[in-house]
Amino acid sequence: METPADMIEVKKVAKSFRGRLVLNQLDLKVHKGETLVVIGRSGCGKSVLLKHIIGILKPDQGEILVEGVNVAALSSKQLNQLRLRFGMLFQGSALFDSMTVGENVGFNLIEHTTLSERAIHERIEESLELVGLKGIQELKPSELSGGMKKRVGLARAICMRPEILLYDEPTTGLDPIMADAINELIVELHDKLKVTSIAVTHDMISAYKVASRIAMMYQGKIIQAGTPDQIRNASNPIVQQFITGSASGPMTDIQVKSLEETEGGSKS
Amino acid sequence: MKPSLEKLGHTAVNAVVYAGGVSTLFMQTLFWVAAPPFRARQVLDQMIKTGVNSAPISTLTSFFIGVVIAFQSAYQMQKVGGEMYIPSLVSISVTREIGPLLTALVVAGRVGASIAAELGSMKVTEQIDALETLATHPVKYLVAPRFIALFTMLPLLTIYADCVGILGGYVVSVYKLGLTSSLYIRMTFEPLVLKDIFTGLFKTLVFASIICMVSCYEGMKVEGGAEGVGSATTKAVVTSIILIIASDAFFTVIFYFVT
Ligand SMILES: Nc1ncnc2c1ncn2[C@@H]1O[C@H](COP(=O)(O)OP(=O)(O)OP(=O)(O)O)[C@@H](O)[C@H]1O
Ligand SMILES: [Mg+2]
Repeated sequence: METPADMIEVKKVAKSFRGRLVLNQLDLKVHKGETLVVIGRSGCGKSVLLKHIIGILKPDQGEILVEGVNVAALSSKQLNQLRLRFGMLFQGSALFDSMTVGENVGFNLIEHTTLSERAIHERIEESLELVGLKGIQELKPSELSGGMKKRVGLARAICMRPEILLYDEPTTGLDPIMADAINELIVELHDKLKVTSIAVTHDMISAYKVASRIAMMYQGKIIQAGTPDQIRNASNPIVQQFITGSASGPMTDIQVKSLEETEGGSKS
Repeated sequence: MKPSLEKLGHTAVNAVVYAGGVSTLFMQTLFWVAAPPFRARQVLDQMIKTGVNSAPISTLTSFFIGVVIAFQSAYQMQKVGGEMYIPSLVSISVTREIGPLLTALVVAGRVGASIAAELGSMKVTEQIDALETLATHPVKYLVAPRFIALFTMLPLLTIYADCVGILGGYVVSVYKLGLTSSLYIRMTFEPLVLKDIFTGLFKTLVFASIICMVSCYEGMKVEGGAEGVGSATTKAVVTSIILIIASDAFFTVIFYFVT
């Protein structure tokens, strides 16, 4: 069997915001049809990485290839063609609050297809059902709970049945049962529709459940990538500290100081 | 001396960058306005928000301005016995100058602020990013309908404001200064030529573009949460007002010499 083709290739991408380097020569490959889970500490640049892949942010250096095509070099029309093959769930859901839930979920179908209103309606209902939310089409996003918003965001991402799905923390803010249902959904999309996915998460239970491979991000780089078993048995102390969720380790060598220890901070 | 010169340089550079950003947005907007499909529902929504809902405040301000101009000119005209020219003064100053300017300022405050705040909060909650991931250009989806709405509604609103302003002058002249109704109407329209109305409306189109472009630009470049939205809203209104008054002065001078 030949090696799996790379759907997405991130090549030496660097990005800084106001002089602060967030992505530092980052390299990452995502094979066709796999679910890659990206783990890493809060603020390490996971969301920024996803936004680069779909072309909302442009790299300062390096390039991002989707099926061998450099995203940054596409015309805006070509980029939109490409984006129709993507679905993205935002960390903060990013639902359009001037529209109803139904209009949010069906946005792509309404804007970019010539399906009949009836067909679109059915498709919206079906997508909402997949995320466990039925009959809320007419509500406004402001009437939903955080977890419901997240799931509507997910429904919007999968409504067009995209080939590539980017999930930014799909299970945070959900109760454990719902979180597991979403994990099942991600696995199902992977198994049945052969979607290529990148999921960002802190939730190791979810990571082990959905991942074909796991990549750990640290200080703007991918420091290790491999199958869940390889990651679980990784010798890298940083990876070990993260996956075991331990407060002391190489990632956190800053100690809490008492007020007296802080220079000039004595109480008297 | 040097730091202030440096500051001046920075200000100049920022102004150029700003002008560049707004012009680019303007070009993109014109492109997307011309590109099908025409979004009738969104344009209609915006027309109601910007035009119809501005009518009450426009009525109020224009009426009072008409009253003020009538009284103000009465103060002068009564000295020379020229009361019969009051209606002409009202109609000329309202159609050429005050109507377009006042309407634009009211709309800049009301609509400009709401556009900047709405787009700004969409920006900080990543809704504009989301729009892009859904293969939809934000300018096409958000700016173009607002531009069409403002570009059509501001002239209509101005015509309406002109009428209300003249009505304000009428009320003062007929009920307080003792002019007859027929004289007022005759003296309103006698000196008024189509040119006066058209120059007024031409300026209105410029004002509409300024309000829409500045507010959308400010809204779409918001950074930093609620605080950013607040300051963008203020900047949108202040910048629009300054540009409206400056361009008004410019066109008034041009029209004085050209027409
Ligand atoms: N538009 C932006 N402008 C300036 N700085 C930004 C911007 N977007 C992200 N950053 C910075 O980049 C860093 C990485 O942000 P990012 O949102 O990618 O973190 P993350 O890994 O997704 O964290 P979390 O797990 O908490 O979501 C942060 O320190 C943030 O301050
Ligand atoms: Mg994030």
